[in-house]
Amino acid sequence: MSAPGTALRAGSDPYHIGHAPSTGVPEYTGHGGGGPSPKRIYVGYGFWIFILSDVVLFSCFFATYTVLIGARDGGPGPQQLFDLHTTALETACLLLSSFTCGLTSLAVARHSLLWSEVCLAITGLLGLAFLGLEAHEFIGLVAQGAGPTRSAFLTSFFALVGCHGVHVSAGLLWLGTMMAQFPAKGFKESIRHRYLCFSLFWHALDIIWVGIFTVVYLIGTITP
Amino acid sequence: MSSNRDEFDLGSHVGEDQVVGGAPPEMEHPTLRTELRGYLIGLGLAALLTAASFWSIDEHLIYGPGIVMALIVFGLAQVGVHLVFFLHLTTSPDNTNNALALAFGVLIVSLVFFGSIWVMFHMNQNMIPARALMQMRGG
Repeated sequence: MSAPGTALRAGSDPYHIGHAPSTGVPEYTGHGGGGPSPKRIYVGYGFWIFILSDVVLFSCFFATYTVLIGARDGGPGPQQLFDLHTTALETACLLLSSFTCGLTSLAVARHSLLWSEVCLAITGLLGLAFLGLEAHEFIGLVAQGAGPTRSAFLTSFFALVGCHGVHVSAGLLWLGTMMAQFPAKGFKESIRHRYLCFSLFWHALDIIWVGIFTVVYLIGTITP
Repeated sequence: MSSNRDEFDLGSHVGEDQVVGGAPPEMEHPTLRTELRGYLIGLGLAALLTAASFWSIDEHLIYGPGIVMALIVFGLAQVGVHLVFFLHLTTSPDNTNNALALAFGVLIVSLVFFGSIWVMFHMNQNMIPARALMQMRGG
């Protein structure tokens, strides 16, 4: 579809922004010319729309938490409850797993079964470590009488952070499925597209977590 | 397969064939080294911004009332790093629709988040304090 002669040159206008293609059929798709986009592009686009709708869902939970952070009914607040060392560890786990998920993308694009499985396994173990830390934190909170029924603040906290945890659990199930499908079905197109969607999902979970550790834990702890 | 590649796509190459020894590479494609470097830069920047967020509340480096704003700035910057280096949201034509959808998502998220805070803050201000209400009722 694209002519080899139009390879990128330094200082050139790589996307021909504002320039109509000089000859015949435009080389690139997605602007109505040049035929439909490759399937990889619109599979990713469709899943991106889903992720954005998920982000809108999370924004409601974030708004609830921010509005209710003072509604404690005399109960404990973020300063008494949150241990930022656990939060930092969870953050490290999720960030590293996002990175290894990206490494898996590189291996999948090169059809390397060994590296795909190794990187995915590390991603999954880091995700499991994250979930373990979160479960430990939740159990500790409930044990000290700060469960979701204690106050509106704690209800919104467990709803928001728990919803993210449920997403991570679902992501881990998907990750296990992908680890089984790579050897069973090979790196055919549908499987690569499935992995593309998984990597979008996993990276998006890390973006949500950036919001959680910023708003819930850090800003929550310095709010009197 | 190689001739069908879109040379302008700098986005994720997950769905693409990059088998070594396949069709001869006609044009410059990101090599393993350059792609790996992208992920490493992303990881480094995200780790730096995370460390900055956690340090900004521990140490007294930032003027107290400014900490919340600093945290928001660090958080937004890190979201940007993730979008660029991990999700590969670029300005290429194939990404135009993704970027527009993201812009719409950001609009809805800001309306929901800041709108809720704004409305509830003013509502709380206009409420009669519970204690005063009790006294009025008790006479």
